[in-house]
Amino acid sequence: MGIIDSSKHEPGAASATPLSADMPIPPGPDQDAILAAVGDEIANRGFVIAKADKLFNWARSGSLWPMTFGLACCAVEMMHSAASRYDMDRYGMLFRPSPRQSDVMIVAGTLTNKMAPALRRVYDQMPEPRWVLSMGSCANGGGYYHYSYAVVRGCDRIVPVDVYVPGCPPTAEALIYGLLQLQKKIRRTATIART
Amino acid sequence: MNDFHDRLIKLVGHQCQVIEIKSGEFVLHVALAELVGVLKALRDDTELAVTQLSDLTAVDFPERPERFDVVYQMLSVNNNMRLRIITRADEGDIVPSVIGLFRSADWAEREVWDMFGIYFSGHPDMRRLLTDYGFEGHPLRKDFPLTGYVEVRYSDTERRVVYEPVHLNQEYRDFDFLSPWEGMQIPQGSDDGDTDEEQAGA
Repeated sequence: MGIIDSSKHEPGAASATPLSADMPIPPGPDQDAILAAVGDEIANRGFVIAKADKLFNWARSGSLWPMTFGLACCAVEMMHSAASRYDMDRYGMLFRPSPRQSDVMIVAGTLTNKMAPALRRVYDQMPEPRWVLSMGSCANGGGYYHYSYAVVRGCDRIVPVDVYVPGCPPTAEALIYGLLQLQKKIRRTATIART
Repeated sequence: MNDFHDRLIKLVGHQCQVIEIKSGEFVLHVALAELVGVLKALRDDTELAVTQLSDLTAVDFPERPERFDVVYQMLSVNNNMRLRIITRADEGDIVPSVIGLFRSADWAEREVWDMFGIYFSGHPDMRRLLTDYGFEGHPLRKDFPLTGYVEVRYSDTERRVVYEPVHLNQEYRDFDFLSPWEGMQIPQGSDDGDTDEEQAGA
């Protein structure tokens, strides 16, 4: 939702409130009005007009496919967030077993020195655009194992991180919140950069 | 317990330096040269039937001349008895591998080699088990620094993960307020706490 800037070509037809394309419109009369307007557009003209930027961002944020990269106990919370109670599928987030099909990598757990090159390789195999979410204290900065001889002091030493989710481990809710923050970040991005 | 005790003394008593009972379990102190003989005798005896090596580990005492204790945790399923067999080894000593007697010694010996640097002869694949590829040092030795010697970072210029000497922005701080683990006393008289020590003369 929120990608149709219908006020441009049909002033005042959809809604009295100005549309902010950055934010999804919550269910209610406003959303219904837009959906109805879009339906009318398609019925009358056979097409709808939207900004490419917003459309891309809408598509990207609405189908964030995370790479299954569980390293430690955080992975269990990651599983919880994907399971029926919190259900990441609702946001179009489906775990992929391959980096080639993934958009976002959730670094869930302690990243050890031995694992670091493998993590980087998986990241390099992901197609652009790609995002990284660092989950839990260990991935954020080493956490409990900060002074260990075998642990990377934060996965941002290996891959660029977009969102950090604190906690040890973060709850499934916290992870979902982090992913929603990532969606927000994607929506703010200008996809077609003009320089 | 008594039958087991008698049989144990009869079978391997002459090969052990000390046999003691701690918390209802036998602890056998064995010289390095006698180790394989004792383990084989315990395993092959039908009455004792100490057929399982449940764990193999080591302890570092840097102040001792023979700095390592190599500890074999044994289980006799038939008798519901656990045994601990302890042998001493120094840094340069080569401990005979018991992989021919117990297959479970495979990774355990590799782990001891990795963590303590005790070499086992006769092991078919004596590589490091847990630490990083190309890791230097043996982390469970007391003289190994907690934070190690190297840390990793992705180098954008080299496009690979590189190793660098450890640099800490803040040193490790040790808050040891009477640790409940280190101060623990095992209550006397619990179990069959009277530890009867027994010298089995050779």
